[in-house]
Amino acid sequence: MQKFLFDINRNTGVQRQYQADLTGLLDQYDLTGEEREAIATRDIGLLYVLGANGQLLMHYAAFLGMPWADYIAAMRKGISRYGPVRAGIYHMTTAMDEKVAGV
Amino acid sequence: MSLVFAGIASHAPGITGRANLVDPAVAQEFHGAYRGMAQRLAAARPDALIVVAAEHFANFFMNNMPSFAVGMADRYEGPIEDPQWLGIPHTAVPGSAALSRRLIREMMQTVDLAYAEEWKFDHGIMVPLHFLTPRFDLPIVPMNINCQGPPLAPLHRAWAFGEALRRAADSVPERIGLVGTGGISHWPATPDSGKINEAWDLQFLQRWQVNDRPALLSYTDEATYRDAGQGGFEIRTFIAVAAAARGRGTVEYYRAIPMFAVGCTIADMGIGE
Repeated sequence: MQKFLFDINRNTGVQRQYQADLTGLLDQYDLTGEEREAIATRDIGLLYVLGANGQLLMHYAAFLGMPWADYIAAMRKGISRYGPVRAGIYHMTTAMDEKVAGV
Repeated sequence: MSLVFAGIASHAPGITGRANLVDPAVAQEFHGAYRGMAQRLAAARPDALIVVAAEHFANFFMNNMPSFAVGMADRYEGPIEDPQWLGIPHTAVPGSAALSRRLIREMMQTVDLAYAEEWKFDHGIMVPLHFLTPRFDLPIVPMNINCQGPPLAPLHRAWAFGEALRRAADSVPERIGLVGTGGISHWPATPDSGKINEAWDLQFLQRWQVNDRPALLSYTDEATYRDAGQGGFEIRTFIAVAAAARGRGTVEYYRAIPMFAVGCTIADMGIGE
């Protein structure tokens, strides 16, 4: 999952394949069913909970064209729906209603 | 010739990408401080600028992660991010492979480096350059300290990296500018984005200003993670600059701007003997 995010964030060829043949692109990565579903459905909240590095995920959300407030809200929604972040160093430490930057 | 300028600056993508979401006076004040640093850098008449960055997976990934890497190319490009999102158009950035090679050879006397003949810049370098060399006309030597994928190099190794950088800069005929970019405390790219531990930041900057090596190296990653978030690991770039400059620092600007997700910082350091 992280490798997919790394590749698509920095490689315009991978970005083109994402638009043209997502299934073929995802077949090239070692993804769990949950990871594949999260990518296919653009579920930023689930990717966050699964432990995607925050920087990888932030750039990916930008690639998807998500406005900042929607991206922050999607991560909160992921936590409320799927539970705490399961891996990595990008855990949520604030309360669900604590909008520290106003969004 | 030698190191002719040293400073530190924030690089958060919101500084350019979300400037329209903050009070215009606040954004202008900080951007003005950044341009002030650009003027002081230009006044030092550098032939090249070393940017010590903490990149975010534009080039280096956990499949093969160097603790320290130095670019060695005549041309770079960036940003990798959506230009509209970052507020910085995609552009070519000049480098100098020959200068990089000489710097790397000297630094390798004491620090094990990776070098990279290909390097794409992300916001960690593009945001500083947008203000410091807005015409992208000064050759850049990018350097990276892994602050993203633990295990991370210990702080004393970041210090040794800075010392090697200084020795290398002093060994070449060119006039070298140096800027370290990163955050102090911040929790970027999480729902916490905007959380800033201002007291922690100010204590770190105080230690940085007086170049207190033992105090700067006293942070453990566990304490930093707890008190300053995963973004706090980027203090490595600021510590490397202190080691390289060997002078006293002056904080020109500090203000916690939550929408920019970091305590926005502009500081210079004098070049010590």
